[in-house]
Amino acid sequence: MTNTPLRTALVIASVSAIALSACGGDDGEGTIQIYTGRHYDLEEAFTQFADETGINIEFLEGSDAELRERIAAEGEDTQADIYMTVDAGNLATASEQGIFQPIDSEILTDAIPENLRDPDNEWFALSVRARTIVYSPERVPADELPTTYAELAQPEWNDRVCLRNSSNTYTQSLVASLIASRGYDEALEIVSGWADNAEILANDVIALNSVAEGLCDVAITNHYYLARLLEDDPDFPVELVWADQGGQGTHVNISGAGVTKYADDPELAQQLLEWLATDGQSAFVDGNHEYPVNPDVPPEALIATTFGETFEADQVNAADFGALNAEAVRLLDEAGYE
Amino acid sequence: MTDLAERAPASADEPDPSSRPTSSDSVRLEAGDRASRWGWPTAAVAIALLVVAPVAFLATSILDPNEEVWRAQWQSRLPGQLADTAILLVGVGVSSLLLGSGLAWLVTAYRFPGSRLFGWLLIAPLAMPSYVLGFVTISVFGFTGPIQGWWRDTFGADAWFPPVDSMGGAIVVFTLVLYPYVFLLARTALADQAGSAYDVARSLGASPTEAARRVVLPLLRPALAAGSGIVLMETLTDFATVQYFGVDTVSVGVVRIWRGTFDRDAASEFATLVLAIALLIIGLERILRGRARYGEAAGAATRLAARRLRGWRAIAAFSTCAFVLLVSFGAPTAQLVVWMIEEATGPRGTPRVDRFQEFFTNSVILAALTATVCIVAALLVTSAQRFRPGPVTSVSARATAIGYAVPGPVVAIGVVLALVALDDFLERFGSGLPGVVATGSLIGLVYAYSVRFLAPGLNTIESGLAQVPEAVTSSARSLGARPSVVAARIHLPLSRASILTAIVLVTVDAVKELPIAFLLRPIGFDTLSVWTYNLASESRFEQAALPALTIIVVALVPVALLSRQLSKQAAEVTT
Repeated sequence: MTNTPLRTALVIASVSAIALSACGGDDGEGTIQIYTGRHYDLEEAFTQFADETGINIEFLEGSDAELRERIAAEGEDTQADIYMTVDAGNLATASEQGIFQPIDSEILTDAIPENLRDPDNEWFALSVRARTIVYSPERVPADELPTTYAELAQPEWNDRVCLRNSSNTYTQSLVASLIASRGYDEALEIVSGWADNAEILANDVIALNSVAEGLCDVAITNHYYLARLLEDDPDFPVELVWADQGGQGTHVNISGAGVTKYADDPELAQQLLEWLATDGQSAFVDGNHEYPVNPDVPPEALIATTFGETFEADQVNAADFGALNAEAVRLLDEAGYE
Repeated sequence: MTDLAERAPASADEPDPSSRPTSSDSVRLEAGDRASRWGWPTAAVAIALLVVAPVAFLATSILDPNEEVWRAQWQSRLPGQLADTAILLVGVGVSSLLLGSGLAWLVTAYRFPGSRLFGWLLIAPLAMPSYVLGFVTISVFGFTGPIQGWWRDTFGADAWFPPVDSMGGAIVVFTLVLYPYVFLLARTALADQAGSAYDVARSLGASPTEAARRVVLPLLRPALAAGSGIVLMETLTDFATVQYFGVDTVSVGVVRIWRGTFDRDAASEFATLVLAIALLIIGLERILRGRARYGEAAGAATRLAARRLRGWRAIAAFSTCAFVLLVSFGAPTAQLVVWMIEEATGPRGTPRVDRFQEFFTNSVILAALTATVCIVAALLVTSAQRFRPGPVTSVSARATAIGYAVPGPVVAIGVVLALVALDDFLERFGSGLPGVVATGSLIGLVYAYSVRFLAPGLNTIESGLAQVPEAVTSSARSLGARPSVVAARIHLPLSRASILTAIVLVTVDAVKELPIAFLLRPIGFDTLSVWTYNLASESRFEQAALPALTIIVVALVPVALLSRQLSKQAAEVTT
C-alpha cells in the first residue's frame, strides 16, 4: 500500500509502452504508402484510383524537408513507396540524397514534357503552378501594366508591390529560376529592387487581399490562390497577367513525385504515377485549380476561361532551378529581402 | 520510450521483489536504503540521457562548424535575427510576467463581481494555440481584415492604424496566449500557501502592498520564475506564429536554413544557437528562483483573506479581467465559430470532416500518453533531487530541460536519428526494434513529445516541491520512512496542486503541438493539430476553424478539471 501512486504510474507507463510497440509497424503490402508535402484535395484523385484498381493508398502528410529527412533516416525500413512534394527543389535534393529509384516508363515520358521531369527519371512533375503578377485593374491602367518580374524592381513601383516573405518555398523557387535564366548578379539586382519596393507579407492570400483592399497595386502570387478567391467571389477585384511572355516565360513550379529506393512494390507505385499523369490528371490538378503537366489534358474550366488555356512558361528544367534553391536563399539574404 | 519505461521501475528506489531480503524489517530497510542511494540518481541520470540524446545527436554538429554558412549568416540576417529574438523575448517575458502575476494577485487577493469565475476563466487562453490566435489576429485586424476596412471607410483610406504584422503584434499575441502559464503557476502557489505569511505580515503592521511585495512576492518567486521560463521557451522555439508577423527570430533562421538550403547540418549548427539562448533563459530562471527554500508547515497554510472591492475599483477589476479574456479567448473563438458555421453551410464544407472522430481520438491518446510519461519522469527526477541532493541529480534535472529548448522540428529529427542509431546498434546483437523503428509506431512519437515537454512538467512539480520544507522530508526520513514512502505519502499530497498543474500544462502542450507530430507520426495517424495546420498552411483559415476549435475544446477539458480542483482545494483550506 506504501508507494502505490508512483508504482501504479510506472506500471501504466510500461504497459502502454509495450502495448504500443506491439501495435506499431504495418508493412502495408498491397497498399501504396505516400509521404507527401502536398495537402490539398488529395483524397479525391486517390479515392478514384482506389475505386478503379482496388489498390489501397495511405498518406503521411508533412513538410517537404522533414519527410525527405525521414525517408533518408528510415533507409531500408521506410514505409514510403512514393515521396511527393510541391516544390522542385525538394525533389532535386531528394534525388541527390539518393532516396529515389529511376523509373523506366514510356507512359510517363510521353505524358510529361522533358523540362518537367528529372533527367534521370527519378521524379516526375504531376501538376504545374504558375507564379505570376496579379494587379488591381482599378488602380493599374492597362498602359502601365507591368509584364515582367524585373519591372517590379523599378522605382515607379515603390510602395505599390506586395510580395511573400523569403522563408517561403515559392519565393525561393522564383528567385532560383531568375538565377538560372539571368545569372546571380542580374537576379540580385532585381531582388534588391523588389526588397526596396515591396511590402513583404506572410502568404499569397493576404497578398491578394491586400491588392483588393488597396495596400498595394500589384503582387506576385501563385495563380491558384487567385482562382480560389474567384471561385468564392467572382467579382473579386484582382486580375492576373502572365509575366515575361515573349521573353523567358512565366515561372512555374511543380508538384511532383518519385518512387522511393526501398519501395515495397515499385511496380504498383509506378502504376499510380502513370495514372496520375494520364487518366487521373484532371482529378489530381482540378481540385486545386492547377495546370496539368500533360499537354493533352485541358485545364479545368475556371482557370481556362479566366486565365487562359495556355501561357508561355519558363522552360528551364525544374531540376535546374531546384538545385539553385539554396543559392536563392543566400541571394535573398544578401538582397536584404525580409 | 520502451527504454524509459523499462528502465525506470528497475532504477526506482525499491529493489526487485525477488531479490528483496525478507528475513526482518531492519534488513529490509537497509536494503531499501542502499538501493535508494544509487537508485534515485540512476533514475535521474537515465531520464536525462534519454532526453539529451536526440538533441546531442544534432548538437555535435557544432564541433565541426561550417564557417562559410556562419559568416554568410552573420553578414546578412543573423544580427537582425538576434535583435528580433531579444526584443521579442524581453517584450513577451515582461508583459506576460506583469499580466500573469497581476491578474493572479487580483483574483486571489480581492473579491469583486466575477472574481471567482475569472480565477479559472483566465486560464482558458492556455487552450488557444498561438498559431491559431496568430492567423485569426492577422485575418481580423490585419490590413485586409474587417476592422481596418471599417477604419479606412470611416476615417479615410490613409488613416493611420497600428501595424498588425509587426513586432508589436507578435508580442501582444504571444503575451495573450502565454500569460496563463505565469497566471496559473502564481495562482497555484498563492492557493498552496502564502495566505498565512501575508496575514502575519499584515498583523505585524505591514501595509497590503508592503506585505505583498516583501512577503508574498518572495514566496511566489519559484512559481513566477518557472512560469516565465515556460513563456520564454515557448516564444524562443516558435517558428510558425512569428512568421505571420514578419518577425525573424533565430528559430525561424534554423527552419529557414533547413527547408530553404536543404542543409541539415548547417541547420543543426544554427539550432545550437537557439540552445545557447535557451541555456541563458534557464540560468536566468535559476537566478530568479533564488537559492532559498520556502515552504510552510502544511497544516498552517491558509487562504489569503480576500479584500472586497467596491464601486469603481470593483468595476475596474472586473473590466480588466473581462477585457483580457475577451481579446485573448472570447473574440478569437467567436470568429472561429463564425467561420466554422460559414464553412459548414457553404458549398465546400471542411475537408476530411468524415475523419473527425479519428483525429480527435488520436490527439487525446497522444496527449494522455505524453502526460503520463512526463509526469512519471518528472516525479522521479524531482524526488531524486530531494533525496539525493548533489551535482549528479541537479545536473540531470537541468539537462531534461534541453528538449524544451530547441524548436520542435529539430527535436523530431534528433529523435529520428537517435532511434535509428539505437536500432542499428540493437541489430548488431540480433534483432532491432520492432517495426519501422523510430517512426512506424507511436513509441517514437510519444518519446519525442516527452523529450519536448518534460521540462514544463518538471519545472512545475519542482516549484511545488520547493514549497514542501526540507525539514518535513528529513524528519520523515529520520523516522525511518523510505524515500518512496516519503514521496508517495508526503510529497505527493503536499504538492498535489503542482502535479495537477503539470499534468494540465503537458496535456495542453501536447494537444497543440504540431511539428513533431508532423514529422514522426505513424503513417495514417493524423491529429487535430496536423489537420488544422494542413489547412492553415494553405491559407484556408475558414476551413481550419473547425479543427482549431476542436483543439481549443479538447485543451479546455484538462484546464477546466484543474480549475475545479483548485477551487475545491481552496475551499478545503478555508474550512
